[in-house]
Amino acid sequence: MRPNLHEGDVAIVSRVSVARYISRNFILVTLVMIVALFSIVSPGNAFLSFVNFRNILLDAASLSLLAVGMTFVVIARQIDLSVGSVLIFSSVVASQTCVAIAGTTQEVAAGVYPQLALGLAAGAAAGLLSGAAWGYVNGVLVARANIPSFVVTLGSLACALGLAQIISGGVNVRYVPLEVQSWFGGRVVLGLPAVVWLAGAIAVIFGIVLAGTRFGHHVYAIGSDEEAARRVGIDTVRVKISVFVWMGVLAGVAGLVDVARFTTTSLGGHATDNLAAIAAVVIGGGSLFGGRGTVLGTMVGIFIPAVLQNGFIINGVQPFWQSVIIGVLLVAAVGLDQLQRARSSGR
Amino acid sequence: MSVTETSRSPLLSTRRLHKSYGHVTALAGVDMDIHAGEVVALVGDNGAGKSTLVKILSGAIMPTSGAITMSGADLTFGSPRDAAAHGIQTVYQDLALAGDMSIASNIYLGREMGRPGLAGRLGFLDYGAMRRGADATLARLDIRLKSVDTEVRALSGGQRQSVAIARALAWASKIVLLDEPTAALGVAQTRQVLELVRRVRDLGLGVVLISHNMQDVLSVADRVVVLRLGAKAAEFTAGNFSIDQLVAAITGADRFLAGG
Repeated sequence: MRPNLHEGDVAIVSRVSVARYISRNFILVTLVMIVALFSIVSPGNAFLSFVNFRNILLDAASLSLLAVGMTFVVIARQIDLSVGSVLIFSSVVASQTCVAIAGTTQEVAAGVYPQLALGLAAGAAAGLLSGAAWGYVNGVLVARANIPSFVVTLGSLACALGLAQIISGGVNVRYVPLEVQSWFGGRVVLGLPAVVWLAGAIAVIFGIVLAGTRFGHHVYAIGSDEEAARRVGIDTVRVKISVFVWMGVLAGVAGLVDVARFTTTSLGGHATDNLAAIAAVVIGGGSLFGGRGTVLGTMVGIFIPAVLQNGFIINGVQPFWQSVIIGVLLVAAVGLDQLQRARSSGR
Repeated sequence: MSVTETSRSPLLSTRRLHKSYGHVTALAGVDMDIHAGEVVALVGDNGAGKSTLVKILSGAIMPTSGAITMSGADLTFGSPRDAAAHGIQTVYQDLALAGDMSIASNIYLGREMGRPGLAGRLGFLDYGAMRRGADATLARLDIRLKSVDTEVRALSGGQRQSVAIARALAWASKIVLLDEPTAALGVAQTRQVLELVRRVRDLGLGVVLISHNMQDVLSVADRVVVLRLGAKAAEFTAGNFSIDQLVAAITGADRFLAGG
């Protein structure tokens, strides 16, 4: 008697992969259908134009930075609710550092920046570091203190925003040099905003790391079965902390992008960034039960709400519908994932 | 069938292995030999010390006193990595497989193969080589699965057990420890797994099998070590025992009968 595969097993294996194939492409098909629909119904072809697609890409760029980091977090069977607050915190620290170093109070108020380059470099470094620091705190509390990431990041969601308001006195930072916009935030390179190129490059790099490296392999392993990963000698604590640190760094990058685009902080914004990032991951095939997800899927997951919002505005539909649709898609995607899991392991 | 064990020196011997937790003695001086190419079944009632003994051999816990000897050298295993470095691999009861990952990824989990050169140093993995290696490992044991790219989640219990045993074989050069490999399996799958156990033995490794199932023990073991109350109560060689004798040794009824 040989331990080989029975016919029934083959059928189940192929049924699972067919179901996954359809559901994966289902998302892509949905996106294409939405684009097609808006292209047909939008008045005067306003939707189907290069300028409009460029706008969609620009709007998606910031979110994609958060969603790329969130892809790692979700695959590792964690969650990070603090991303929006960390983004704001980083942007406040970055702009204040920049303004403080670039010139004296009187000089910057007059729009004069004697130490402009140094100020910009220090601001960028401070923004990235504060993002990394929040990520490290989240990671250590989750991985070493064994507090569920939902609780830890709910706490840092409140703390990071509160501290950002304390540091800034509750007022958006003023006198950020306009060069951030002319040099980077508002710049167009080869037909596309520099911000889009940056977000795209980061998505490609992190996508390759996730799919092709030992670190990525261990992230999947931890999310799939943490005990198994520990047994085979994977340093699960270190990998989990790294995942949160990279999430923090990417939130820091998104904070810098925010300042560069609008030349100020946005203390009142980003409240639903966590929802949008998590939704993008899950719509793109990531599983909140860990072990599943891809950066490419997340990218498709970002564009569905982004395209919807844009299409609504062009067609005169209230843009508030976007939130409703993200919510529905999030729950539907998780439901689909549950169904798939029940089907593939329910034996 | 394996060669008679007296003709060769053992792969691994334990001498007076003792483990106590405070006032509780889990293992009270066990001597055991494991030879190349034999299946040693470890049987005993709950709390007899089987798991403690296997955990010591796998490096998960350290003995309070006593020695583990391999090829003439006294060893201490401070961690499963130490035991692995000496060619010992353990298949745990829960298998420790990542369900969302492929068979190949699971076989190489924690021991991924890097690409050659700079890419490898940057952490890039050679998925092609791992796939081929996994194929070769499964072929060594004559395990037939559709593809090493199949997710473990989609496999049956017996197939998962096969993958776990294949992974242990891939990294063990001397000894494979199996903790209740057939506990959750049906009749046909149990037979398949026992056949695998024989094949691992026939490749020249020593196999230690913990089992509660006396039929399994009878069908696959070359030698049976019976533990009772932390000590070795009896030892049988294949063909020289019945299930009744085993059960008597496990429960202590043999002493009662002999003494009465």
